[in-house]
Amino acid sequence: MDALTTLRSRTVVLPTRDIDTDQIIPARFLTTTTREGLGEGLFHDLRYDQGGAERAEFPLNDPATRDCEILVAGNNFGCGSSREHAPWALLDYGFRAVISTEFADIFRNNSLKNGLLPIIVDVDTHQWLIAHPGTELHVDVEASRLELPDGRAVEYPIDAFARYCLTQGIDQLGYLLQQSDAIATFEEVRPWKP
Amino acid sequence: MADASTLFDKVWTDHVVVPETAETPAVIYIDLHLIHEVTTPQAFSLLRERGLAVRRPDLTLATMDHSTPTTPVASFKDLAVVGESAANQIRQMETNCRDFGIDLYGFGSEHRGIVHVIGPELGASQPGKTIVCGDSHTSTHGAFGALAFGIGTTEVGHVLATQCLLQRKPKSLAVNVSGRLPAGVTAKDVILAIIGEIGVGGGTGHVIEYRGDAIRALDMESRMTICNMSIEAGARAGLVGPDDTTIDYLAGRPRVPQGDAWDAAVRRWQNLRSDDDAVFDKTVSIDAAALQPMVTFGTNPGMVVGVNEPVPDAGDASFRKALEYMKVAPGKPMSENPVDIVFVGSCTNGRLSDLQQAAGVLEGRKVADGVRMLVVPGSQQVKRQAEELGLHRIFAEAGAEWRESGCSMCLGMNGDTVPSGQLSVSTSNRNFEGRQGIGARTVLASPATAAASAVTGRVTDPRTLT
Repeated sequence: MDALTTLRSRTVVLPTRDIDTDQIIPARFLTTTTREGLGEGLFHDLRYDQGGAERAEFPLNDPATRDCEILVAGNNFGCGSSREHAPWALLDYGFRAVISTEFADIFRNNSLKNGLLPIIVDVDTHQWLIAHPGTELHVDVEASRLELPDGRAVEYPIDAFARYCLTQGIDQLGYLLQQSDAIATFEEVRPWKP
Repeated sequence: MADASTLFDKVWTDHVVVPETAETPAVIYIDLHLIHEVTTPQAFSLLRERGLAVRRPDLTLATMDHSTPTTPVASFKDLAVVGESAANQIRQMETNCRDFGIDLYGFGSEHRGIVHVIGPELGASQPGKTIVCGDSHTSTHGAFGALAFGIGTTEVGHVLATQCLLQRKPKSLAVNVSGRLPAGVTAKDVILAIIGEIGVGGGTGHVIEYRGDAIRALDMESRMTICNMSIEAGARAGLVGPDDTTIDYLAGRPRVPQGDAWDAAVRRWQNLRSDDDAVFDKTVSIDAAALQPMVTFGTNPGMVVGVNEPVPDAGDASFRKALEYMKVAPGKPMSENPVDIVFVGSCTNGRLSDLQQAAGVLEGRKVADGVRMLVVPGSQQVKRQAEELGLHRIFAEAGAEWRESGCSMCLGMNGDTVPSGQLSVSTSNRNFEGRQGIGARTVLASPATAAASAVTGRVTDPRTLT
């Protein structure tokens, strides 16, 4: 995965809360056996009507938002299905970070393992960001800090290990494989065997 | 007091290979890895890229359920109904399992079915185990007192390669359901009421333990229904302490320990429960006696109401958008809404007792004109058992379709979809926009409510038909 140490981008805003992973990438796009190309299915049924025409009112269809790498979304983003196709689709489309007041657990885990940064902010900051689409933000990933154009800086919570992997661009499998001896010992000494 | 721990604490501690620190998460050992065709291809590709083997194929259980047809498959030609892409995914699953030495319950296997139905029926889901699957409804297996949760495909790769996961320990949430359930109120109604109470994000970061006499009184299939939808409250997992009901269910199943090992396992399981003075991070209490048949009215499982009660009128923009999508009027009960499709099945309500519940309502009655009803057993074993009891005849005589097992119309990956604009009363777990098909309007309900709605052609309280 690509290292992410700093990010500077304008935002695109989807204010709806509880956007589930079926909205992010509908199940019919899940018959793929690769990670590539899922950006085409991102928010598909919100972006297009049933005739395949773009819905003009959907924020991602505004050409001015096409280069935005930061998505600001309503509370509890990514709930529902565990499909990792959701962060794959967001990344393939061009997003590197999503900001909300809360993320569903599996979506947050999946995102961090693919270099998509979930940023949790307080309600006040969130409401300000929702009310100001297109704001240019600076994310200092090393410092876990979000900088707003008026000079405000907001620190966000992130697991130290996930941040390390994100900023180094390394995946977590290498670390797990290094634990092979401990795993073998555990299998040997545990009091009961599955 | 300091040593008092919850069931979840005990199962967690029992699987710590490397403890967590401020810098690194814990390495947690996984006792059972369930895999299926949709969330594994990219994980197997990773193993191939890195030249890695599957560490414990013997702890890996594979089947095909999500993109499989629910019409009979005699050969690969029959896969055409699901489309080329899904057929390719199914073929790749067979190749991956063969190449990596994993037993696959594929087409032709009497054990094939939805992963969360076959794990329990084979006796592979046991108290005290850690169980994962690339599927959020893995929480189902918590009904056995296991710590069971859904993971993404990257983590599927981690478990295949190392049999372990990197995890931070979640918090604990006790949901106490006390008292007795009224007649005609089922496990599905209980879990919908719980989600309505705590909300779709209420369990985020937590493992739920369902407690109280109303939970104790439930059979295993009902407990599975409840644990299954823990994820719909945002919880990492949901579990129920094992008891005699659990042990009786497991006795004699093919994958449980045999002989002396069974006796030892039972002794271990009987001691596996939260200590009396264990402290939970959060507690929620529900009065079972106050519950009624529940249905959803919106586009997430927390938007739920008693079947005869008016749809609430208050809410923000997201709430109003959901009602608009559902074409549901606030202030009126859901029972005023005509029904187009009824789906009975899924990992939530596709087990034998669920089909019996639906058949009990349908026996001697007909599916209303203009309503299509699909009954999809959760596994081939459930299908055989239902046919032995003659349930398939009750469904056929009522005018419902009787299918092969699979996830089917729960997520509409296999061609079983709800047409745009139609209203579906479904025993599945998600009423998200477009979940059952583009533009589909889903009302989640119990098998009894679904069957009653099929008979009258409107969302219906099953207690009115008995």
